[in-house]
Amino acid sequence: MINLARRDIAHHLKSYLLTGLGLGLLIGVTLTMAGVYRGMVDDAKVLLRAVDADVWVVQQNTLGPFAEPSSVPDDLYRALAGLDGVAQTGNVAYLTMQVSHQGKSQRVMVAGFEPDKPGGPAFLVAGRPIARAHYEAVADAKTGFAVGDVVRIRRNDYTVVGLTRRMVSSNGDPMLFIPLKDAQEAQFLKDNDAIVEDRKRLAANPAVNRPGQPGVLDAVQAIQTSSHKVNAVLLRLRPGTDARAVSDTIARWQRYTAYTSDDMEEILVAKLIATAAKQISLFLIILAVVSAAIVAFIIYTMTLGKIKEIAVLKLIGTKNRTIAAMIVQEALGLGVIGFFVGKFAATLWAPAFPKYVLLENGDAVRAFVLTLVVCALASVLAIRAALKIDPAEAIGG
Amino acid sequence: MNLSAVSKISKRSLFLTAGALAFIAAFVWLLTTRGPLASVGVETAVVSRADLLPKVFGIGTVEAQHSYSVGPIQAGRVLRVIVDQGDRVQAGQLLAEIDPVDLRQRADAAASAAARARQAAQAAQAQVVEAESRARMAQANRERYQALYRQNFVAKEMADSRSHEASAADAALSAARANAIGAQREISRADAELQGIDQLHNSLKLLSPIDGVVTAREAEPGTTVVAGQAVLRLVDPARLWVRARVDQARAEGVVVGQAADIVLRSAPGAALPGKVVRIELQSDAVTEERIVNVAFDPAPAQLYLGELAEVSIRLPGARDVLTVPRAALAQHNGQTGVWRAIDGRARFQPVQPGMQTTGQVQIVSGLNAGDRIIAYSAKQLDAGVRVREQRLMPQ
Repeated sequence: MINLARRDIAHHLKSYLLTGLGLGLLIGVTLTMAGVYRGMVDDAKVLLRAVDADVWVVQQNTLGPFAEPSSVPDDLYRALAGLDGVAQTGNVAYLTMQVSHQGKSQRVMVAGFEPDKPGGPAFLVAGRPIARAHYEAVADAKTGFAVGDVVRIRRNDYTVVGLTRRMVSSNGDPMLFIPLKDAQEAQFLKDNDAIVEDRKRLAANPAVNRPGQPGVLDAVQAIQTSSHKVNAVLLRLRPGTDARAVSDTIARWQRYTAYTSDDMEEILVAKLIATAAKQISLFLIILAVVSAAIVAFIIYTMTLGKIKEIAVLKLIGTKNRTIAAMIVQEALGLGVIGFFVGKFAATLWAPAFPKYVLLENGDAVRAFVLTLVVCALASVLAIRAALKIDPAEAIGG
Repeated sequence: MNLSAVSKISKRSLFLTAGALAFIAAFVWLLTTRGPLASVGVETAVVSRADLLPKVFGIGTVEAQHSYSVGPIQAGRVLRVIVDQGDRVQAGQLLAEIDPVDLRQRADAAASAAARARQAAQAAQAQVVEAESRARMAQANRERYQALYRQNFVAKEMADSRSHEASAADAALSAARANAIGAQREISRADAELQGIDQLHNSLKLLSPIDGVVTAREAEPGTTVVAGQAVLRLVDPARLWVRARVDQARAEGVVVGQAADIVLRSAPGAALPGKVVRIELQSDAVTEERIVNVAFDPAPAQLYLGELAEVSIRLPGARDVLTVPRAALAQHNGQTGVWRAIDGRARFQPVQPGMQTTGQVQIVSGLNAGDRIIAYSAKQLDAGVRVREQRLMPQ
């Protein structure tokens, strides 16, 4: 028995392939949208993964340091390091800011960390790690900086000594790692004009600048320009220690809020990017529905376009089953071509997006199954239409 | 006709097959290089022998080794300030004066008191002379009456009376002498008071304790200053150094005498030679930094106090040791080591790291010279991940 579908496709090969290509691009857009959504969620988690901390200690009753501002003393780690089960502690400070490089400003998330402690970049793609205690930086490659570039943060110049990859904040801003002390300074240091104005304001205040008490003013000014705060303290625990128990101990006795890495992921994904993610996911659903509808219409109209041929087939006594098989096979073929073209296109253009696009294998499989199901459903409609055709139309039309 | 149709069809199916194959090839290529099945791109480096010259980095400010605050020892009003900021001064030079107010009058009073004490002493001396004369007279009378009594010319009562007069005159003499000594003491006291006022007067003149430079003029004539408040600040320009703060975690190995490079913020391109001259015993417990004083060697002609300076202290190095790039050192499951690409898969090799420089780290054990290790990777590596060597960053 001859395969009607193959013959029919061979007959209209060009239009069949072009239809498949068009469908493919549509599926590609849908896959990319799914990738944008996944990428957004992944962006929120990537820092957590890289930092690889078991417990995050932040200011009491805050969702810090990303979802809310948080500030803890930088000597808190001494108390935490003494807790049972704590293997490593690390102070970190995060601030999102514009840094300037060769006159152009670039939005980055500056992360201050202590060398050889949790909070630094996990791997490098070029250069070397930070070796000096000040004024060196490791940048995400997405910033466009190169090893040896000098970037300006507040009043100091930092030399980029290393590059890393996929280190972004939950907003997708590339990260710039600098030594903790520099980050503390950058975070709390005011600009020079503000400092001078503040000094004048203090000097005019009789409470701190009383005649006969020299030195009080200097002391107050010194306090105002120094900072011993960080945004969070990261803990790594010894194997076998329960992170939940440690964070409960810290919350109860140290009077700070402590999150396990699971809590932190929950905060980042469910709270920080919740609205944006919902927006994207709703759009993704609409796009998927629209794509499915368009696929169905295309297959339906393709079949309707063949009314005359089907009528002739019926006239010469072709069985209904054979006609139905032809339509189903053609529809599934379109789906397969479309899916692969779409996957190809999405993989090709995904790296060009400014924010991370994560094409998950699971999503691809789901899209493949969905495409085939939609194609099959659409072909059912088409078959119903085809079987209703009166063979007389072959002659009459 | 029939034949050409067949060839047409076979040609078309040939094109079709070629196109399909090309598409599949491109698809597979894309998935394995950029898609989810791609292996992790890595750059490798070779374990090699090299000389290591580690440095310790700190930042600090240019400060004077000794800073002098010149001010009055008691509260007063500034009368005049002779020198200004930047002036070079000699040791002992008059810098400023505090208003003496009533000190001259007090000195006059003290001088009068001293003169009066001298006159009082003269009077006391004259009284001594008079008392001596009386005592001699009384003594003579007593002896005369004693003799008369022994010959029974006078009553015993008369002789006793003369004897009593003589004793009383002696006592009066002693009192007069004591008075005279007291008057001398009074002279010393009045003189000392006068001298004290003179010295107080001298202390109102603020003199330079050193040959140096005035760095601050903190009070102007007419200002009232309290005891101990600085009117002028001086430093010795020949003894300037950088008070550098070095992270305690990296401060090990820094000792006095090590050479250092000092880079001033005003001249970021030029490193000045320096030397560690003192490591302060008391570290900063809050910032967890050790304080290292690095002197300029030799001192540049002009320095500005308070200027930010970066200091790189050169530690003793190691010659001909096994080294790997710093970027290669990684942590995995709580162990320090390096990643190696073995049969296209990443394997973790624990090592014992030693001395570190900015770019290199010494390998004490765990690797041999010539071993290839992974220096850079496009993703966080995990044991068993497929890796492929490639350039990660465009040159």
